[in-house]
Amino acid sequence: MSGVLAFQLYDWRYFFAELVAGFTIGSLYALIALGYTMVYGVLKLLNFAHGDVYMVGAFIGWFVLNALGSPLKPVLPLVPLLALAFAAAMAGCSVLGVLIERFAYRPLRQAPRIAPLITALGVSFFLEQTGVLLWGATPRTYDTYDLRKGELFGSLTAGNFSIAYVQIFAFLASALLMIALSLFVWRTRTGKAMRAVSVDPEAASMMGIDVDRVISVTFLLGSALAGAAGVMTGLIYQNLNPYMGFGAGLKAFTAAVVGGIGNIGGAMIGGLLIGLVETFTAGYLSSQFQDLIVFSALVIFMLFRPTGLRGTPLLQKV
Amino acid sequence: MSAPAPTPGAEPATSPQIGVDEWVRRSGERIVGPAGALGALRRAAERTPWYVLLAVFVGLVSAIPELTSNQYIIGVAADTMLYVLLAVGLNVAVGWAGLLDLGYIAFYGFAAYLYAELSSGHYNLHWPTWQSVPLVIAATILLGFVLALPSRRLSGDYLAIVTLFFLEIFNNFTNNGYAWNWLGFGATHNITGGPTGLTNVDPFRVFGHELTNRPTDYLWVATGGFAVIAVLLTFVNRSRTGRAWRALRDDPLAAELMGMPVKWLMLLAVAVGAGVAGFAGTVNAAYYQGVFPTTFYFPLLITIYVMAILGGAGSLGGVAVGAIVVNVLLEVLRTPNHARWVFYAAVLIGLLAKVRPWRLLAGVLAGLVAFGVVVNQVVGAVWPRGVHGAIAMGPTSFTTHGFFATCLRHWLVLPAHTYEASNYQIGNYAFVLTIALVLACTAATGWKRWVLLVPTIWGAALAWETTLIEQAPTVRPLLLGVILIVLMATRPAGLFGKTRVEVV
Repeated sequence: MSGVLAFQLYDWRYFFAELVAGFTIGSLYALIALGYTMVYGVLKLLNFAHGDVYMVGAFIGWFVLNALGSPLKPVLPLVPLLALAFAAAMAGCSVLGVLIERFAYRPLRQAPRIAPLITALGVSFFLEQTGVLLWGATPRTYDTYDLRKGELFGSLTAGNFSIAYVQIFAFLASALLMIALSLFVWRTRTGKAMRAVSVDPEAASMMGIDVDRVISVTFLLGSALAGAAGVMTGLIYQNLNPYMGFGAGLKAFTAAVVGGIGNIGGAMIGGLLIGLVETFTAGYLSSQFQDLIVFSALVIFMLFRPTGLRGTPLLQKV
Repeated sequence: MSAPAPTPGAEPATSPQIGVDEWVRRSGERIVGPAGALGALRRAAERTPWYVLLAVFVGLVSAIPELTSNQYIIGVAADTMLYVLLAVGLNVAVGWAGLLDLGYIAFYGFAAYLYAELSSGHYNLHWPTWQSVPLVIAATILLGFVLALPSRRLSGDYLAIVTLFFLEIFNNFTNNGYAWNWLGFGATHNITGGPTGLTNVDPFRVFGHELTNRPTDYLWVATGGFAVIAVLLTFVNRSRTGRAWRALRDDPLAAELMGMPVKWLMLLAVAVGAGVAGFAGTVNAAYYQGVFPTTFYFPLLITIYVMAILGGAGSLGGVAVGAIVVNVLLEVLRTPNHARWVFYAAVLIGLLAKVRPWRLLAGVLAGLVAFGVVVNQVVGAVWPRGVHGAIAMGPTSFTTHGFFATCLRHWLVLPAHTYEASNYQIGNYAFVLTIALVLACTAATGWKRWVLLVPTIWGAALAWETTLIEQAPTVRPLLLGVILIVLMATRPAGLFGKTRVEVV
């Protein structure tokens, strides 16, 4: 029993809850999508491994929270603990991202286009299976409920509507990170270099820009955002496993494509859009066929708007 | 006085004819072939006409059931031939046309499911094989066309995106298709059987004869199908279309400027690949007498990619060899006792092939032995329990009394109780350490690389003996990922492919 007939059964409270859920997951998708889109901008590479970097970030957060804030031996109070978890996950993922770029993609700079794509598939699979090997396939949760007496997991209630603090937190934190990234890209010298490389790497290198360094910085920033998204996922959804990177990565990658791959603002809009569409599809149409509907809609969308919402038309130069 | 004008006819006889470009004429000399035994094997294979090779291969494979009655070996051979078919089909899109077709496994699954719907008790349809198989293949080819259509207007990357979406859609549909209700607009149907799949699928019926003798019959079906497809694909590869595909792969823009119908060629490559996958899908459904959604997903896609690329995407024979090598390797890794030897053999062969001159090789080997023994002694002196562990796997006669096991125990550091209660801590640390050492090895140059190689191999052996050997289900896919990364970085042309010389 779902679909159109059931529409009037749901009230505004349900709609609001769906809206909040959509925005929450959408902001996470947007954070991950930024990594995809930035890498595509500078390297013209679909970095399939990015979703698995996000998975590693979630696990790093788990290790920090478990070591310093487990219910039995709380070491740190809430705010420094969370800050530390985020810092560790972002730093760890940055290192991972830079290493992946340095050792897997850099040797293939001059190779045919299909070569780095296949390597990206291999890296993604390798990271996922390494996760299974090191941490096992059983899902883990961030064990933080007892310790915090629910102070982070309570809800802000106004009349019939309620929204969990952790969701507000995730939304604000993602917004903050995205603003920081925009400032970096549009206001700093390195950001300018990044934009230059994404327009034309060869010309940029002739202007004295160290292209390799810019690419490393791009991977560093994108992976750090993915790490932050990983910790937020752990906090909100309380479900970590080595396979989480593939699904989330695919959705985020979709968000980047919808927004116009290579376009940073587009990735943010695309992420929110995919999150909302996905949540409302599951809530109002069919939760079983959520992926089928979302991805079919995307295939049709790409038929009519190949470069995404904010993408520039494809121009090929020789 | 001016210099004497060159007299006509005085040019050396070796100069190229008019209209023949010197660089192009000599391009053959610049193609770098693999050296050593592998290169000799490839050159021998190149001298033999392709139909002789194909006939010998098909004859050998078909003779397997006559040579052995071991059902396990025949079963592995049948599986391998199925993989060979899949890899050869993937080669059309990936190797020849240079397109990243990530929905390939969905075509395979689509065909398997369609065959299962048409010839099982699910809808009580029992179509004869000679009707259902051609129909399924035609439907899969059509699906390939339709799916590649959206990416027609787009650059190459979008084909990867659209086909990946299709794989997701297909997986979602097969897993949940037991309750398909037209998204709430219609009654609920059970189309795909959901996670348990469709079972009791009819076997093939050929000339009134049911193929129920399971591995043997399907080994022959797959081999016969491979022979037909290999002949067809060889002709396609040598045709105008085949040349156009390769031009498209090497430079899409140049191909388009030359007036080639690039978009049409892309569609055609995906569709032809899908057709081969379609045939393989019907064989799969009839062979296993059932279809299951977990089969047709990402791990299988990666496996097929590794097969196509290891052998050398672009060369039909190379791809077939790649599929055989990978599947036999994965099969051997299933049994820890055999897996152990794979590792040491691979290390030895790798060292023999790559470390020249022999003095360096001897140095590395001696360093390897010395390093392990010294570390073992040092750890033993500091922490006696640290070296008291046994070897994880194998018969007791091997792990406690065997000569090789004794050597290993005095070479590696195996703490006591390492393996109790599935405690893989030591192995996990060794694994992470090995990855770090491998990366360091890659980054180092000159003598530092050879020095780093010693602890790297030792660490890998430690990780292998303490954890990897016991966790075959994880290690097999892990290894596929490693093969992809390493191969693309070192030998993108695969074992048998030709290394291309880039013209800038």
